[in-house]
Amino acid sequence: MSIAEKFVAMEYGPAPEDSKDALAWLDHHQRRFGHFMHGAWVKPSAGAYFDTADPSTGEKLASVAQGSAADIDAAVKAARAALPKWQALTPHVRARYLYALARQVQKHSRRLAVLETMDNGKPIRESRDLDIPLVARHFYYHAGWAQLLLQEFPDYTACGVVGQIIPWNFPLLMLAWKIAPALATGNTVVLKPAEFTPLTALAFAEICHEIGLPAGVVNIVTGDGSTGEALVKHPDVDKIAFTGSTEVGRAIRSSTAQSHKRLSLELGGKSPFIVFEDADLDSAVEGLVDGIWLNQGQVCCAGSRLLMQESIVEPLIAKIRARMSTLRVGPPLDKAIDIGAIVARVQLDRIQRLVNQGVADGATCWQPPMEMPSRGLYFPPTLLSNVHPTSIVAQQEIFGPVLAAMTFRTPSEAVELANNTVYGLAACVWSESINVALDVSAQLKAGVVWVNCTNLFDASCGFGGYRESGYGREGGKEGLLEYLEPAWFKNATALPAAKPAPPEASNDETESATPALDIDRTVKLYIGGKQARPDSGYSMEVRSNRGQLIGEVGLGNRKDIRNAVEAAHKASGWARTAAHNRAQILYYMAENLSQRRREIEHRLAAAVGEPQATAEVSASIERIFSYAAWTDKFEGAVHNPPFRSIAIAMNEPMGTVGIICPREAPLLGFLSLLMPAIAAGNTAIVVPSETYPLITGDLYQLFDTSDLPGGVVNIVTGYASQLLKTLAEHDDVDAIWCFADEGSAFAAKSFSTGNLKQVFTNEGRVIDWFDVKQGEGRWFLQHATQVKNIWVPYGE
Amino acid sequence: MSVENSKPHRVVVATVNGRDESPVTASLLPTSSAPLATLYGRPLLSNQGIPLHLDWVKQVRVNTSAVERRQQSHVARRTVKKDWQAAWLLRAITCMDLTTLSGDDTDERVRRLCAKARRPILYELVKGLGIEDLNLQVAAVCVYHRFVETARRALEGSSVRVAAVSTGFPAGLSPLPERVAEIRRSVEAGAQDIDVVITRAHVFGGRWQELYDEIAAFKQASGAAHMKVILGTGDLLTLRNVARASFVAMMAGADFIKTSTGKEPTNATLPVGFVMTRAIREYAQETGMAVGFKAAGGIRTAKQSIEWLALMKEELGGSWMKAELFRLGASGLLNDIERQLEHHATGRYSADYRHPIA
Repeated sequence: MSIAEKFVAMEYGPAPEDSKDALAWLDHHQRRFGHFMHGAWVKPSAGAYFDTADPSTGEKLASVAQGSAADIDAAVKAARAALPKWQALTPHVRARYLYALARQVQKHSRRLAVLETMDNGKPIRESRDLDIPLVARHFYYHAGWAQLLLQEFPDYTACGVVGQIIPWNFPLLMLAWKIAPALATGNTVVLKPAEFTPLTALAFAEICHEIGLPAGVVNIVTGDGSTGEALVKHPDVDKIAFTGSTEVGRAIRSSTAQSHKRLSLELGGKSPFIVFEDADLDSAVEGLVDGIWLNQGQVCCAGSRLLMQESIVEPLIAKIRARMSTLRVGPPLDKAIDIGAIVARVQLDRIQRLVNQGVADGATCWQPPMEMPSRGLYFPPTLLSNVHPTSIVAQQEIFGPVLAAMTFRTPSEAVELANNTVYGLAACVWSESINVALDVSAQLKAGVVWVNCTNLFDASCGFGGYRESGYGREGGKEGLLEYLEPAWFKNATALPAAKPAPPEASNDETESATPALDIDRTVKLYIGGKQARPDSGYSMEVRSNRGQLIGEVGLGNRKDIRNAVEAAHKASGWARTAAHNRAQILYYMAENLSQRRREIEHRLAAAVGEPQATAEVSASIERIFSYAAWTDKFEGAVHNPPFRSIAIAMNEPMGTVGIICPREAPLLGFLSLLMPAIAAGNTAIVVPSETYPLITGDLYQLFDTSDLPGGVVNIVTGYASQLLKTLAEHDDVDAIWCFADEGSAFAAKSFSTGNLKQVFTNEGRVIDWFDVKQGEGRWFLQHATQVKNIWVPYGE
Repeated sequence: MSVENSKPHRVVVATVNGRDESPVTASLLPTSSAPLATLYGRPLLSNQGIPLHLDWVKQVRVNTSAVERRQQSHVARRTVKKDWQAAWLLRAITCMDLTTLSGDDTDERVRRLCAKARRPILYELVKGLGIEDLNLQVAAVCVYHRFVETARRALEGSSVRVAAVSTGFPAGLSPLPERVAEIRRSVEAGAQDIDVVITRAHVFGGRWQELYDEIAAFKQASGAAHMKVILGTGDLLTLRNVARASFVAMMAGADFIKTSTGKEPTNATLPVGFVMTRAIREYAQETGMAVGFKAAGGIRTAKQSIEWLALMKEELGGSWMKAELFRLGASGLLNDIERQLEHHATGRYSADYRHPIA
């Protein structure tokens, strides 16, 4: 075609990014990579390799080592060996290493971008303008935290050796999200990149070597799912951080349940993209381009469920179709391509299968007429309209460039539909009304809400999901806490395994001479603000510390837990009660407890002896006061990402929390867990300690007389081990807190796998509830809340 | 939102010339002329204007930061290389309104500009690029009324149009009868394009009817000449104002809507371009009529001209990449394009003194 003909056609023409340097780098390594451990390249112990290919051409790029359990073991040993020296460095020295990593990533940014695009299939524009700059930013940001570690986290210590498993959709970016906070907080790392996209992680390994990072601090082991499994199961790994599918996340939760491994999971999503009738529709359409059509839709937080207000369906769909027609699908190394190749055949097949199912479910499928590349793995941008919540494409994560469109009538229906999912990763809200946008943002169950924007990321803003989208956050201060533990907690000793005290008659004359207190006092369960008889119709004996029968409480069962959870949900308005008012109620409780301290002390003394009873009541009053003080002070933050935007980080309550109380301090332990939960706005179902469950009777009188709304606190007495199972398994409970022996902690983790509820335990360790440093404060409040980042760009 | 807004995009055109009140959509209007453009496969006619639809104007929503993000990603998403780049730069030349609007303009200066308009690039370059048959010329020469006659004579026998800035350019604050008379004088003197400025105060005051009437009066005075309505986007400042003014200008019969006079603190920016082209698209979809777009002021580099052409291609399509519906108002731009074209032809970076000045 001559220039004159091109002048007539006015097409874009090819604009290929040069791949010479990246290919030369691969050749320099003979297109074959071992694992990177202890600062050197190591051949796989079993000698096995697998190929990684360019999905846009099918051409093999390199062979990489298939990691075995032995390789993982060697890498973990290298990380363990490196840990003492790494932790002995000053924070400033660690900060310099992170800074050097950021600089080196920037210096080689184009090679990394080209390599990423070749291995993954994403457009070079994205790897060049989004992925790699965010990688550098993440290391810079965390170099800062490394520097400030002692000032900002004085009483914390690193987890230790961290196993990290990352996905193929943002390979190097996810590596940065994992490695930067781990190193900044003084951990050492074994990272397994995704099977489909190992190359940039290997290039990063070389960067670690280039900047002289101490050997063993970062170890990269390549391989498939079995390699990841070996890492997850390795006994000498202190923490697992995983990003990937909810299915695998659940398996990891399950297989780490019988261990003390910390766990953070960043899992799937089916994020709503809500467009109100007063939105800038053209901009909302561009939001979709940056959302579901970013990275071929292979984005966990992609706005894949379009929710449109009924009044704008027609124009919005027309605008979306028009815009889809101008998207360019093609070779990802072309600088003017919007949609590149799907990472692998298996993923392409999955997308097609789900789209077919969606159509079978009644959806209308529309794809713009466009020429698709003749080779390589491509899927055209796809719009499924007439989708209903019942359709599989409205529920399942497709992980492809497929938008499922639905309608709503009112803001409240939009929220209802948006939250009608097991996921809770991200959401977009498009409206020119700040009232609508912020009101809806606050109600969405999602870790990130983008107002009039999509897929904005920054190292300073935590990212992570509610519900089955995972545990924990990556980025921001909250992200660092995933790699830190309170120093005292790490060194705490294990509690002895719980054994129910055998009922034995006391020989103590003075004790038996005292008439047993309240033997005919009927302590019931407390559900929905009312005393309730146990469903079972049975009671459980309560004995003094000397074995004497001092009373009976209801024997709660599954149905009582069910009722309590329902009551707790009905009281969810507690979260929206002004913090000042919640604080007032807590103070009132402290007042009332103080009023009745003598009688409660007296009764409690039968179970724990008089000195402890006195101390517990005093400490309890103080603890309630403390959380009353915290109620309106455990506030969020306002981030200033490097855009003209604010990101409001809100500490939101988990929702409904199930609490298994510690045996050691029946009153203080109960209140030390309940108070942070309700101070943060949660509702709770509490199982009191079997040591002295009679405390229930005193506590519900306390709650009733302190204006605590019914259902905010529900108490079910009974055998903790049985009630724990029902509570931890309950799909409508958002978090389970279990403070008992090790077996109970493991059980809480195991039973919670179903809905991936957040688990907070003492890991079976001793907590000194009387010690303010251990028994109260931010550590508890952090577990009572989850951070939601609401991004609000501004400007007129 | 109002009831009207619940069906925001079903604008019914009541009339073309003020007589017919029966609701018919514009696409059904009888016409004798050939389509001016196509948008998503639909043929469009030249703009006849429609009555002022206040609801449409008032429901305009523009999210500034989202538009800015669109602009940032646009320049990173689209590029043209090698022969395609040369072809696009040549196209930019054909869409150019070569402009001189200075207090020190003289007849000779204008004649020099016209010579450049007729032969915008070196003959050697034309030969080197193999585009002799294109007979490459700029779209128009844009001058003050005083030089219309001079330009018309200098451009005789060429395809280059004469454009006159008018209506008290650049402020547009002289009395309305004088502004209208100025248009008539320029048309009589041979101007084929009339670039008018609006009273920005009408926008700030939300006096849409007055703005509409003013532009409609300009349109009537322009007669067969193409009327380009300069919104003064650097003065209007907010993108929402730009969008509203765009719709009013189109409803009042603008053939083109144009960003700026070149005299405001900020001139043609890509975010403004997105807002105006989206308005043109919506207007076309609702009325079946095509309005052109002119970016003016601050466009100095070859790269910018490609960004603007790509914007037209993305938001409106190929019909808006031709001089009939797209203009770049510029003075220094041509020289940078010449240097890029020479680089393309020789492989060596060029110098500006190698190209004849205007």
